[in-house]
Amino acid sequence: MTESAAAGIHPQPAAALAPTKLRVRDLNFYYNGFHALKGINMDIPEKKVTAIIGPSGCGKSTLLRIFNRIYAIYPKLEAKGEIMLDEENILDTRYSMNKLRSKVGMVFQKPVPFPMTIFENVAYGIRHHERLSRADMEIRVEQALRSAALWDEVKDKLKQNALGLSGGQQQRLCIARGIALKPEVLLLDEPTSALDPIATGRIEQLVEELKSEYTIVIVTHNMQQAARCSDLTAFMYLGELIEFDRTEQIFTKPGKKQTEDYITGRFG
Amino acid sequence: MLSSSLYLRRRVKNVIALGLSSVATLIGLVFLAWILWETLRQGIGAINWNLFSKISVYRENGGLANAMVGSLILDLLGIAIATPIGVLAGTWLAEYANRTRLGESIRFLNDILLSAPSIVLGLFVYTIVVLPTTALTHGDTTFSGLAGGIALALIALPVIVRTTDEMLRLVPSTLREAALSLGIPQWKLTMQILMRGARSGIITGVLLALARISGETAPLLFTAFGNNFLTFNPMDKMPSLPQAIYEYTKDPDPAINAIAWAGAFVITMFVLALSLLSRLILSRNKVSHD
Amino acid sequence: MQANEAASAPFSTQEVRARRDARDDRLFGWLLKGCALLVLASLLGAAGATLWGGRDAFAHFGLGFLTSSEWNPSDDVYGALVPVFGTLITSFIALLVAVPISFGIALYLSEVAPPWLRTPVSSAIELLAGIPSIIYGMWGLFVFAPFFADHVKPWLTNYLGNQPDDGKVSWVAAHVPFIGRMFGNDNPFGGSVLTAGIVLAIMIIPFISSVMREVFQTVPTRLKESAYALGSSTWEVVWDIVLPYTRSAVIGGIFLGLGRALGETMAVTFIIGNKMKLSPSLLDPGASIASTIANQFGEAAGLQKSALMALAFLLFVVTFIVLMIARLMLRRLAHKEGR
Repeated sequence: MTESAAAGIHPQPAAALAPTKLRVRDLNFYYNGFHALKGINMDIPEKKVTAIIGPSGCGKSTLLRIFNRIYAIYPKLEAKGEIMLDEENILDTRYSMNKLRSKVGMVFQKPVPFPMTIFENVAYGIRHHERLSRADMEIRVEQALRSAALWDEVKDKLKQNALGLSGGQQQRLCIARGIALKPEVLLLDEPTSALDPIATGRIEQLVEELKSEYTIVIVTHNMQQAARCSDLTAFMYLGELIEFDRTEQIFTKPGKKQTEDYITGRFG
Repeated sequence: MLSSSLYLRRRVKNVIALGLSSVATLIGLVFLAWILWETLRQGIGAINWNLFSKISVYRENGGLANAMVGSLILDLLGIAIATPIGVLAGTWLAEYANRTRLGESIRFLNDILLSAPSIVLGLFVYTIVVLPTTALTHGDTTFSGLAGGIALALIALPVIVRTTDEMLRLVPSTLREAALSLGIPQWKLTMQILMRGARSGIITGVLLALARISGETAPLLFTAFGNNFLTFNPMDKMPSLPQAIYEYTKDPDPAINAIAWAGAFVITMFVLALSLLSRLILSRNKVSHD
Repeated sequence: MQANEAASAPFSTQEVRARRDARDDRLFGWLLKGCALLVLASLLGAAGATLWGGRDAFAHFGLGFLTSSEWNPSDDVYGALVPVFGTLITSFIALLVAVPISFGIALYLSEVAPPWLRTPVSSAIELLAGIPSIIYGMWGLFVFAPFFADHVKPWLTNYLGNQPDDGKVSWVAAHVPFIGRMFGNDNPFGGSVLTAGIVLAIMIIPFISSVMREVFQTVPTRLKESAYALGSSTWEVVWDIVLPYTRSAVIGGIFLGLGRALGETMAVTFIIGNKMKLSPSLLDPGASIASTIANQFGEAAGLQKSALMALAFLLFVVTFIVLMIARLMLRRLAHKEGR
């Protein structure tokens, strides 16, 4: 089953679209001995939006959390296999976390602003990686906030505590914080699941704008969202990558029965 | 017939039990009121300006100014020593050793230290601080404010460790993930982000520790020792309010006992005000988080 | 050449930073661990220091130290039995008084009191825990002991003791074993083992009752509701459902109170009378380990000082064991809840 499924999917549906940014080969993940991800192979193209969908517990968030090795802060988790980012294996223990995390940014399900001012939230991460003058820092923060489509709403209250922002604004602040480090890849883990429809719309629009500069991987439980804002869609089920193809292909002519069942709402 | 008498018996038993529980609560409250009332009555009656302006060497014509200053110095010393150590140790428990065997053991031992007999901790500090320095001075027993401060720090330490540990464990792990995924190293994350999130809780813990040590007498008896004069030198024998109360209570002279009541009133008010303040901080914090 | 350097520069600074971060993280971790180990060190140190200080007494008296009731500085002979007995008996009295009252308070606060009354009453009870022990001592000496001597003690000696004022021994004192001697006394002073135990009880009530109340609240509502649905009364729910469910933690709370009582110094020192003599009567003065140390250590030297250190060691070991049992019992409920 594993072999046939793995053999059945093309790891590079987007070879024609763009060069590969993240190349995943034979990725297995173990959680306390439980085999959570089974033989994942996929090529994530540069400057496209790749969506990962699937029922809860299928391993989609787990996969995303391997891309910046955030899982490594917890004990008893183990990833085996290979993930090449610009021809370097990020799973190699010698690969510096610092470098990885400045290249691969992440935004989480619930907005988690730091308990500081709006300005500091964005500046904090930059300050750790680069030494900038005050003026440069202000420019950099403004850029990030503009890219996250938040500048107009917060430019008059940069000195206020970020916890005072609305949920949607907080989430865009987190995106600004992530892109302020100029990462190459941006991982979004169900970024709108805690937001109302209007805030969700703004985030989706933002994702559309950001893909010209960043490689974006978004995990979502919302199929319409995947259909609306991604170029490629991967469907996962029970720790396996069932199908990975161009989004319109997945949603109009899925190659696998399981995919079809899922997107037509027959399970999940 | 049988069942209705059974029912009646059960009901009577219930009423008696619940009645007794109210009586028990009343007993507790009566003792609280009694103790506070006596402290208030006898304390306020004895309070005068001398209490705060004169030192204890003048006995019944003096006051407790030196003891209050000494207490302040000793408490601040204790807090100054215990806070950094306690906060860092609590951080280790919450952030580095959560669910490891050593971490669990130390958390467990810290809980024991929390209620360990304070007089024994006093003797411990006597052994490790007073005795060695005494050996250095060729036999002059070197009780000192510093030794007293260290003894108080040992009592404050577990309180601060525990609150820091608990407060940090309340910080959602998403905050850690968010910071780490920006490439922030763990020490920066801990000191600059998590501490900020847990700050008011940790301050509460420090205040509680202060409230706890400011009423302690036993650990000071053989460390700070007491002094009838005013001193600011931590290497000197140092007086403290609780210890002055202790001495003055044992005294046969009622005029001296009255000063002890005044001191007791001051210290009780101080401790109750501290616990009120820490409660206030905690409740305000809760509101802002929800 | 220039361009090449510029290209490699950010890479290398990043590597340098990464290495520095890793080093700082390691140092920081060590620092934290060192501070945490200080907790361990202070416990070991307290045990070690008192054992070391008491080595002469242990060597000199051997096991006889524990069994001898003679404490005589003029002959330089020291036995621990009086203070050990005093510590145990005052703590036992304290538990005897405090446990039912604490249980009553916990029951009242969790099941009986109207909701608007719960917070103020429980804060008031917790206030008891915040009062410094020296205040308990003063209050005990100046207020409670005289009150006890005037109003309670005559009753106890006349109706339960074997030395009543009028010489007519009551039926209880004559027929129930031990009672007569336990309350037999002709000492007019109120300070005694019994009053010390009662003051200790007041001190530990807030600790025991707050643990009990806390654990009572962990009982799943569905358990209680299903018992109420069967027609159980409040008392029956508490006795048959809540107590068995929380048993280990309730015992833990009681041991926590016991640990406090054993090591308490100031509240006891004023009231217990500090008499180094074994007496069967609870109305006689006695001594506890902590009160003996507080009273004598300042002027002690040589073997007496060592004997006091040895007493401190015994106290520390006993409280350590009691508190350990308390924490283990409390932990059991926490595990049950999956915390």
